[in-house]
Amino acid sequence: MTAYESGDPILEIKDLSIAYPISIGTVRAVENVSLSVRKGEVLGIVGESGCGKSTLGLSILKLMKPPGRILSGSIMYKGLDILSMGEKALLDLRGRNIAMIFQNPLTSLDPLVTVKDHFIEAIRVHEPEVRRKDGVARAEAILADLGIEARRLSEYPYQLSGGMRQRIMIGLALILHPDILLADEPTTALDVIVEAGFTELLIKLKRQYDLTVLLISHNLGLVAEMADRIAVMYGGRIVELAPVEDIFSRPLHPYTRGLMACVPNILLEQKELLAMPASPPDLVDAPAGCPFAPRCPEAMDICRIKTPTLASYGGPRAACWLYERNP
Amino acid sequence: MPTLIKAEHLVKDFPVKGAFLGKKRKFVHAVDDVDISIEEGEVLGLAGESGSGKSTTGRLLIRLVEPSSGRIEYRGRDITGYPKRELEALRAKVQMIFQDPVSSLSPRMSVGEAIGHPLAIHGMRDKAMRKAAVIGMMEKVGLSPAEYLYRKYPHQLSGGQSQRVVIARALVTRPDFVVADEPIAMADVSVRALILQLMRQLKEEMGLTYLFITHDLATAKYLCDRVAIMYLGRIVELATRDELFARPHHPYTKALLAAVPIPDPAARKPKNLPTGEIPSAIDPPSGCHFHPRCPYAMPACSLSRPPLKDLGAKHLSACILE
Amino acid sequence: MDKAQLDVRPEAARFSPAAGLARLFGRFSAAARRYRIEWWILVAGVFVIGFIAFMTLFPGIFTVYSPLDQNAGTQLAKPSAGHVMGIDNLGRDIGARVVYGARTILGVAIAAALLSAFIGIPLGLVSGFAGNWLDKVLSLVMDSVYSFPGLILAIAFAAMLGPGVINITLAVSVVYIPTYFRLVRGQTLSIKEELYVEAARSIGASRGVILAKYIFPNVIATVVVVFSLNIADAIMTEAALSYIGLGLPAGIPDWGMDLAMGKKFLPSGVWWMITYPGMMIMMLALGFTMLGEGLSEILNPRLQEY
Repeated sequence: MTAYESGDPILEIKDLSIAYPISIGTVRAVENVSLSVRKGEVLGIVGESGCGKSTLGLSILKLMKPPGRILSGSIMYKGLDILSMGEKALLDLRGRNIAMIFQNPLTSLDPLVTVKDHFIEAIRVHEPEVRRKDGVARAEAILADLGIEARRLSEYPYQLSGGMRQRIMIGLALILHPDILLADEPTTALDVIVEAGFTELLIKLKRQYDLTVLLISHNLGLVAEMADRIAVMYGGRIVELAPVEDIFSRPLHPYTRGLMACVPNILLEQKELLAMPASPPDLVDAPAGCPFAPRCPEAMDICRIKTPTLASYGGPRAACWLYERNP
Repeated sequence: MPTLIKAEHLVKDFPVKGAFLGKKRKFVHAVDDVDISIEEGEVLGLAGESGSGKSTTGRLLIRLVEPSSGRIEYRGRDITGYPKRELEALRAKVQMIFQDPVSSLSPRMSVGEAIGHPLAIHGMRDKAMRKAAVIGMMEKVGLSPAEYLYRKYPHQLSGGQSQRVVIARALVTRPDFVVADEPIAMADVSVRALILQLMRQLKEEMGLTYLFITHDLATAKYLCDRVAIMYLGRIVELATRDELFARPHHPYTKALLAAVPIPDPAARKPKNLPTGEIPSAIDPPSGCHFHPRCPYAMPACSLSRPPLKDLGAKHLSACILE
Repeated sequence: MDKAQLDVRPEAARFSPAAGLARLFGRFSAAARRYRIEWWILVAGVFVIGFIAFMTLFPGIFTVYSPLDQNAGTQLAKPSAGHVMGIDNLGRDIGARVVYGARTILGVAIAAALLSAFIGIPLGLVSGFAGNWLDKVLSLVMDSVYSFPGLILAIAFAAMLGPGVINITLAVSVVYIPTYFRLVRGQTLSIKEELYVEAARSIGASRGVILAKYIFPNVIATVVVVFSLNIADAIMTEAALSYIGLGLPAGIPDWGMDLAMGKKFLPSGVWWMITYPGMMIMMLALGFTMLGEGLSEILNPRLQEY
C-alpha cells in the first residue's frame, strides 16, 4: 500500500493483462493496459465489441467471472491495490467507493423487490445499522436528484419504464456517494430521447456528487457529449489516449481515424462514409506486432514485427509506429 | 417513377394476452391508420423510437403480419387479400432483412443452404444451378472466399458476415422491394458503414427499392431519399431528406433531432428535451398522441387527431401549428 | 471497393479438411480437458454399452452354452471354473442366459424407445406449431398419460395386450411417448418465436417446410440426449414387466424373468441366480444413463462463460 495524496490519480492501472481460456486457446482480452485516472474527470473508454473495454471495466472491481484471470498488472485505487484485496475488502469497496452500472436495467433489478427495498438493501450492505426510516429518507433524497417522483418508491421494476429503471440504477450506484462510477454501455438499451435525458442527468449528477466517471461505450456521440479524455481500445490494448477534442478533431491512430470517418454525423453532409475493411482482430492467435496492422491502410513492415506502445511526447498519445521516433 | 408499394389506412391491433375474462379485451394499437406510398427506386426511411410501430408497418407492407384493416398494393395490384399461393409467389419479389443477423439464421443451416433456400422454394430445383446462384450472390455481397464460407454455420461467422448472409438470402431471388428492419442496429460501429455502403451499392446494381426502418436519424440521413417519422403508431411527419433535416416541422421530429448524439465534442449544447416518456400503445393519449409531452401543446391538440397537413414541397406534418 | 479484402476471418488462411477434423476432435478433447467428470462419464457409458453390444453380436466369444439347454450342468450348481456364473434351477448355464438375454432386453428397449420417438416427436412438433384446439387436445391426452406412474401404465398395457415380444415393446413404448411429446412441443413453442422462423416465412416457406427444415433440426439436439436416457428407463421397465411375469414367453432368455426365478431360490442360499442378471440390468441401464448425461453436458455445456 502506497501513500495517497490528493493530487495523485485516484485510479491507476499499470500493465494490466487479462486472459481467459476457451476451447481453442487463450483469449488475450486485455493486453498491457496502463491508465491514470484523475479525480473528477470523465474518462471515456471507446471501442468495438471484443476490444476489451468491458473486461477492463469489470476488472476494476474484480468482477470478471472465471475462467477469466488476471495475468499481470496492478489497479491502484487511492494507493490500495484492488487486485490483491481479499473478498471482504472488495465487498466493502464495491458500492461504497467504486460503483458500477450496466447496460440492461431490466435484468439488473430484482423483479420481486420494490424500489424502496432496493435502496434499503443497497445501503444496508455497507451500513447494516441504518434504520428503515433513514434509509427511505435517503432514497427519497436521491430520487429527487434523479427527477423521479417519490411515490415510485413503492413500485416494482415492471411498473417502471426503461429510462426510469436506468435512473434507479444510477441512484442505487450513488446512494452511498462513491468516488468513482463505472458505466458500462449505460445507454445502449435506451431510446434516443431517453438516452439524451439520461446523458444530461449523468452530467448533472457528476457535478453534484463530485464523481470520477469511467464511461465505457461504443457510442461515439455519447462520449463526445460527456468525456474529458478518451482512451480508444483495439485488440485488448489502448491505441490512443487523448483529450476529447483532440480525439475527434485530430485523431492520430489510423484506427481512431477510421472510426471517426465511418460514423454518421447528423449535422454534416456526408456523401460517403469511409469504411475500414473488416477483419476483427484475432485475440487467440494474435499476430506479432500491432493488432491493427492487418487492417491498417498505413501499415509498415515494423508494424507486423514489433508492438507499439503508448508513446508520450506531450499532447495526444497514440500507440503507433507512425509517431514513434525510435521504433 | 411509378409507385411500387402503396398502403392505405393500415391498422394493426394486437390483442393483449391475459385480458380479464368478461371485461373488454385490451389491444396494443401498433399501427394506427397509416398511409404509405413508395416509388420504385427510392429509399424511404421509417424512423421512430420503440413503440412507434415502424417494424410492424414494415411487416404489414409485405404481409408478414396480417393487417387488422387497410389496403396494400404492389405495382397497382391489391395484395391485401391475396391467397396463400399467390402470396408465397409474391415473396420472391418482396423481401425482408432483419435486425439481428444471428437469430434470423437457423443455427442448423449452413450459409449455402440458408441463402439457397428461397431459390428452392421458388422453383429452382437443380442443386448445381442453385449453388452457382448462391455463390454468385455471396460474392456480390462480399462474402469471400465464397466456396469456403458456403459450408459454414452462423455461429462460425462474424457479425458483419452474418448480416451479409441475411442480405444475400433476401436478394437471391432478385426482389424489387426490400424492407430493411434496423439492419445495422446490432452491428459494430465499423461494420455499420460497410453494410450501409453495401446496401447502397446493391441498390444501384440490382435496381432495388428500400423501406429502411431505423431509430437512428443520422443513418437515415445518410441513406434515405425520403424520411417518415412515426410516433406511437402514426406517421407524424413525412418529407424529402433535405427538407426534413433542414426544416423539421413536427415538435416530435424536432425533439428527436435535438436528442441525436453528435460525435463531436464541439457540438455540446443544452437540448430542450420533451418531458415524460413514450406512453403505452394500449391506452395512448387522446387527439395528438404527442400532446402530453409537447412544449407547444394547445387545448385543441388533445381533442382530435391532427391530419397530415401539406406544407408544400411534398412535406407533410401532422401538427396544427403553423 | 476491393471486396476480396472484406470480412475475411483470420482462420480463412487455414482452411482445409484437416483443420476441420482437428476442430471436431478439438471440441471433444477440449471437453476432456475441461469437463473432466462429464467426459469420463461419457466414456464409461460408451464403454459399458459397447461391451454389452459386442456381447449381443458375438455371444459365441463369451459362452459356449445355449441359454435354453437344460442339461448344461447339475441344477443349482454354484459358480465354478466351468460355469462362471453358476447353473439355474432348470439346469441352464446362467452365463449363457446373461449373454443371450442381452439381445432381448436391448432389442426391446431400443425398439420401444424408437417407437416412442417416432410417435411422440411428430406429434409434439405439430402440436407446438399449430397451437390451437389440436394442441389443447393432444396436450390433455399426453398429460394424462404422463401423469400415470410409468410402470403401472406398462403393466396395464402388457396385461391388456398379452405376452409376446411385440406386445411388450408396445407396452413399454406407450409410457414414453408423452416424454418426447412434451419435450419437442416445448422446444417448438419457443423456437416458433425465433426470428429465423419469421425469416423463413418471409422467403415464402410453407408451414410444412418450416417445420421440417427450420424447427425440427433445432429440436433434435435435445432429443438425442433424452433418447439415451429413455433407453435406460425402458430397460428397467422391460425388466420389471418380465419380473412380474407379464413379459415374454418362456423360450426367450430374459434377465427380468431370471430375476424373478432367482428371487424364489434366494432364501435357500442360491445367490447366483439373481445376482448376475440383476447386475447386468443395472449396468446396462447405468451405461445408457451415463451416455445420456455425458452427452448432455458436452453438447449443451452449462459452463460456457464468455
